[in-house]
Amino acid sequence: MMLHLKRPFAQCVKALCGVLIFCGAAQAEIAQDRKAELLNFLEQDCGSCHGLKRTGGLGSPLLPERLEAMEDETLADIILNGIPETAMPPWKAIIAEEEAYFLIKQLRDGLKKQ
Amino acid sequence: MKFFKHLKKISTAGLFGSALLLSACASDGLVRGTGDMGIVIERATGSVLVVDNTKDQTITRVNGLGDLSHASAVYSRDARYAYVFGRDGGLSKVDILKGELVKRVIQGGNSIGGAISQDGKLVAVSNYEPGGVRVFDAKTLEMVADIPANDGSKTVGLADAPGNIFMVSLWNDGEIWKLDFSKGLTPAITKFKDIGTNPYDALISPDGRYYVAGLFGEDGLAKLDLWNEAKGVERILDHYGKGEQKLPVYKMPHLEGWAVAGDLMFLPAVGHHELLVLDKNTWKEVGRIPVHGQPVFAMAQPGGKRIWVNFSVPKNDTVQVIDVQNLKIIKTMKPGKGVLHMEFTPRGEKVWMSVRDENRVDIYRTDDFEKVGSIEATKPSGIFFTDRAHKIGL
Repeated sequence: MMLHLKRPFAQCVKALCGVLIFCGAAQAEIAQDRKAELLNFLEQDCGSCHGLKRTGGLGSPLLPERLEAMEDETLADIILNGIPETAMPPWKAIIAEEEAYFLIKQLRDGLKKQ
Repeated sequence: MKFFKHLKKISTAGLFGSALLLSACASDGLVRGTGDMGIVIERATGSVLVVDNTKDQTITRVNGLGDLSHASAVYSRDARYAYVFGRDGGLSKVDILKGELVKRVIQGGNSIGGAISQDGKLVAVSNYEPGGVRVFDAKTLEMVADIPANDGSKTVGLADAPGNIFMVSLWNDGEIWKLDFSKGLTPAITKFKDIGTNPYDALISPDGRYYVAGLFGEDGLAKLDLWNEAKGVERILDHYGKGEQKLPVYKMPHLEGWAVAGDLMFLPAVGHHELLVLDKNTWKEVGRIPVHGQPVFAMAQPGGKRIWVNFSVPKNDTVQVIDVQNLKIIKTMKPGKGVLHMEFTPRGEKVWMSVRDENRVDIYRTDDFEKVGSIEATKPSGIFFTDRAHKIGL
């Protein structure tokens, strides 16, 4: 904490700007329409196997507490590349990488309404 | 004379009374047959629409059925009650005449479908969690038998067979079980092992003779002849995709119903954008029909003249129709995003399609593909008409 306070003001502003720019870029990557489409997709199509309320089915439950132990990268890999020899298919032909991370965030948040 | 006068009075009162009663019943929807009725599952809102497939209208909505993702339904033999199997383990009994939920029990943690026995007295539910099958009294929904599967295996493809038998497949263990309730509520269980990897669904032929399970983990299907059980399970079509790169299966195909036309039978291939055509006498492949995407349902229109096919995401805005005489696609329709299920009227002049993402059920004439009606529905999925009450395996 002390270390941060000792930083020159300009550096802090620069760092803050960087964060803001990064967030802005991430937001811009997925259009609002596509987000709505993805949320519907998550609920309805992922829901076909994982349950509309993500309590599981043929696929595992996707509730926040069940995902806690897993890194975003691992989950993204599962979404994009599937799990061989199981019913989980690779979705990369229809879900982009940043969209997979968006979906993971929604799952971790328990799909609170946007 | 006095007596007759009295009698007349009574009968007038009686007539008047029954007219009143009749109109009261009619307003409740009680005085009508159920033969042209059905239900539409509204998967996200835990409700079902009770519908009329003569007038192409919704009669009423019944709420409070829980999580209905992947829900299905069967009917009591008087075609008055629908038993709805919900994802959350709920088993609901709906009186479609009165338009009300009669009873609902949570019978498991996570379920996938069910069946009703030949005598109409037992309703069986297939469970993912805790696995196995549970059987209920059709009248009271009290549990009468609990059949756990090995290590809680998920069960799929539950279907009724003649003789108060339920057939079921074990996803995890690759087995088919026959649960025979002909001698009472403790079933005689016959297990057929090593039938193949990951059976994902199954169907039973309309004569109740063959139980066929589709395999996800390998090519082919497992067939059991219930008239000659001692022969055991035979593998059919076990090389249909050999050496070919499988495409991602975004949604499991369904084997509900028996898409048979003449001697030909039609099945969705798994991981290939094809319908498999086989000769139902020899069980050998006689052809393949390339289609628009991964088929989910391949359903024969009553009479068997045409096969209707829908597809998994991202191609689920499309339906294709195949003429069985030349095995050609004669129509490609785009009803809208999320065509999840189709149901034909009992004699096949119309087909209802749920278009999930458009919140509609559309109704088409089967002979000229003309759209003749549409009803509003919230995220509709399965459509179940009452003629299922009198069909084996549905």
